[in-house]
Amino acid sequence: MLPMKEAVLAPGVLLRAVQTKKFKNSLLSVSFLEPLTQEHGALNALLPKVLRRGTRRCPDLTALSAALDDLYGGGMEPVLRKKGEVQCVGFWATALDDAFVPGGTPILEEAAALLGQLVLEPAGEAGAFLPAYVDSERENLIRKIRSQVNDKLQYSLSRLRTEMCRGEAYGLDKLGREEEAAAITGEALYARYQALLETDPVCFYYCGSADFDRVEAAFRKAFASLPQKARRPIPQTQVVEEPAGPVRRFQDAMDVTQGKLILGFRTGGGFRSKEEIARGLLFNAVYGGTTNSKLFLHVREKLSLCYFASSSLAQNKGLLQVYSGVEFANFHRAEEEILAQLTACQQGQITADELESARRSVISSLRTTLDAQGRLEEYWLNRFVSGTRFQPEELAQTVEKVTLDQVVQTACRVRLDSVYTLRGKEG
Amino acid sequence: MVKHTYEQIGETLYEERLENGLGVFVFPKPDFGKYYAFFATRYGGMDTRFQVDGQWLDTPMGIAHYLEHKMFDTPDGGNALQTLSATGASPNAFTSTALTGYHFECTDGFWDNLRTLLEFVSVPYFTKESVEKEQGIIGQEIRMIEDQPGWQAYHLLLEALYHHHPVRNSVAGSVESIAQITAETLYQCHGAFYTPSNMVLCVAGNVDPAQVCALAREILPQQAAPAIGRDCGAEEPHTVLRRETSKTMAVSAPLLQLGIKGTAAPDGPAQLRQRFLGELACEALAGSSSPLYRRLYDEGLINSGFYLGYLDYPGCAFLMAGGESRNPAAVRDAILAEGERIAREGLDEGLFQRLKKALYGAYVQSLNSFANLCVEQAKGYFAGQDPWTFPAVYEAMEKKDVEEFLAQWVRPEQTALVVIRPEEEKA
Repeated sequence: MLPMKEAVLAPGVLLRAVQTKKFKNSLLSVSFLEPLTQEHGALNALLPKVLRRGTRRCPDLTALSAALDDLYGGGMEPVLRKKGEVQCVGFWATALDDAFVPGGTPILEEAAALLGQLVLEPAGEAGAFLPAYVDSERENLIRKIRSQVNDKLQYSLSRLRTEMCRGEAYGLDKLGREEEAAAITGEALYARYQALLETDPVCFYYCGSADFDRVEAAFRKAFASLPQKARRPIPQTQVVEEPAGPVRRFQDAMDVTQGKLILGFRTGGGFRSKEEIARGLLFNAVYGGTTNSKLFLHVREKLSLCYFASSSLAQNKGLLQVYSGVEFANFHRAEEEILAQLTACQQGQITADELESARRSVISSLRTTLDAQGRLEEYWLNRFVSGTRFQPEELAQTVEKVTLDQVVQTACRVRLDSVYTLRGKEG
Repeated sequence: MVKHTYEQIGETLYEERLENGLGVFVFPKPDFGKYYAFFATRYGGMDTRFQVDGQWLDTPMGIAHYLEHKMFDTPDGGNALQTLSATGASPNAFTSTALTGYHFECTDGFWDNLRTLLEFVSVPYFTKESVEKEQGIIGQEIRMIEDQPGWQAYHLLLEALYHHHPVRNSVAGSVESIAQITAETLYQCHGAFYTPSNMVLCVAGNVDPAQVCALAREILPQQAAPAIGRDCGAEEPHTVLRRETSKTMAVSAPLLQLGIKGTAAPDGPAQLRQRFLGELACEALAGSSSPLYRRLYDEGLINSGFYLGYLDYPGCAFLMAGGESRNPAAVRDAILAEGERIAREGLDEGLFQRLKKALYGAYVQSLNSFANLCVEQAKGYFAGQDPWTFPAVYEAMEKKDVEEFLAQWVRPEQTALVVIRPEEEKA
């Protein structure tokens, strides 16, 4: 168990910290929680990229890199995450933990200060970003939006979400669209920056060897100039419990040799409480989340229909995606078999071995969250977004108690909404 | 059993060489709930030609990877992947150019899982039917990687850099080459390379090192087999085979892959030193705090996805740069010119000192990962090195070493450029 301590630094500004000596580095992060919208999506995606170009003290990339080198291979990277219909905008910072710095000079305070400067003191005159930074990062963003097509699996998953959730914020990509990105001006971006600093709920996070008081002092000092205004509550995700009508089908054709088949399901509601999440995780592990799952064993191994077939669950949104790599000729059979495996779950055709191995896998994954800096940070951000604060171990113990009936009930609420295929250009 | 303590990086390591020649390394980790085991053979994609009883044997490209897939089948008709994941463990395997490794991470049942790992990797079981069935699965995997622009660029680069060295082999082989693989060849390869004297076992977790050795002694063959030599092909000229290569694929912007071929250091500490020196030289040449990186970034010739690093395999070593660029040839020319400039004018002392700090810190931080610890240990063992001597190696490195390295390596005749062009540019 790694205890997490928290403190409210100001209304809507929370610090969560985990003290441990088990890691070689310390991790600091800051996240601003934005509702995902078409209007602001691309602006929010661009913002941390522009901030990362320079601060008043380190006005360009070279100076920033030098400052990070002095933190013994420190890193501070913009991080943009989509959690349900919330766009989490911020930075992830790592530095060698004080325990391993030659000579014993502490560097936590320096790291927090640099993070604060990145967020609060952008390079350039007061009241504006440097136009050159805005221009080049806007180009980079557009390129990044375009290059999403390079990763055929991620692209296919994103295409399914866009089509299936048209009209819902969840259908929007976290990077925004090229049209909106191209239209961004320096003024609009700066106005967005002000709004985000003044109105968004903020979560600071730390994990490393320093004690809580030192961490709190370091964050308070580094972010002293964060505006002290009333912040809005954490944005909510709209859950569509069931498909609106019959199954919808979408497809694209591209120059590829392997097809992608993606199925999107509604799960009859979101997963927020410890109990709901435990059931969702266990159902997903039985169905397609592990190498012992029904999809892996039946669709991939036994029938050789796919090179891979897995499922993943968007807890906040109540959306399940099954994704697979399939030869074009096998699209139909693979889909039938993927759905047949869901029916098997719904009819309770889950052996005790299947259930227990899925349970062990989910529990193991939750417990090892405590052994990985990045996953632990992500875990606590997820709790922040969903307004909960249970420990990974508490969730693991809840998973321990989920019954077969509860898994079947969860499966029974799952309904196919949309199917997306990425096909080759010929045939 | 020998105990090593590496105070500066906070690691303790137990080392033992068993009677059958197996190297065993254990990192005790009392603060962690997870366990990691890595069992590897010095056998990879480059090793298609080898001697058995004095006779040279040529095997199909991709066979080491194929063997890795087939090792999971167990004589009782089961599959070790399922046996391991049924306990909640995350098992997997990979084949690289010079190594095949099998590993799992788990929180429960470590000793049972370790037993499974040692058993399934040391007991081959192939049938004509199972070998044929795998051809479909691996054929799909090959088609999938062939669709990836990044993989194509890397593979074309190796084919351009080297005239003879078997690093040119695609690790997975081709659909044609794997069609020649039979159960008999697989048994032959397993017999030659999967002997304890050609293998290493590395474990990280809260375990008793003596118990790890005891289990390995119990399960693995007692006899030490003769060492198997490695064939690195005919003598390699210092110049590249092809200076420029291009290919058209479904990418949104041109992808650049640049290679700079150098002289490989022999196995042992010299190779380790050259690797760290090479990484330092890469950072000095075009790392994120270098003057060249900033210029290329400002001119829009590279984006934040750009990287330059040092890679080595037995008998070969090269620098590799990659990323998206609207003008890959201009990036190559700028890198060549900068290498020449640093060699001529010398490297900035402040930059050199910061880079040393940064690389040292980054390497220590990478040891958070049990997988990194174990894989680095395995590679070091196969190459006759102690990787954990790196703090002293960094300490001893001087500015002039980097300058000399760049003078010897960064030359036009040792440079190969591969460009993956978007389809629209066809005309």
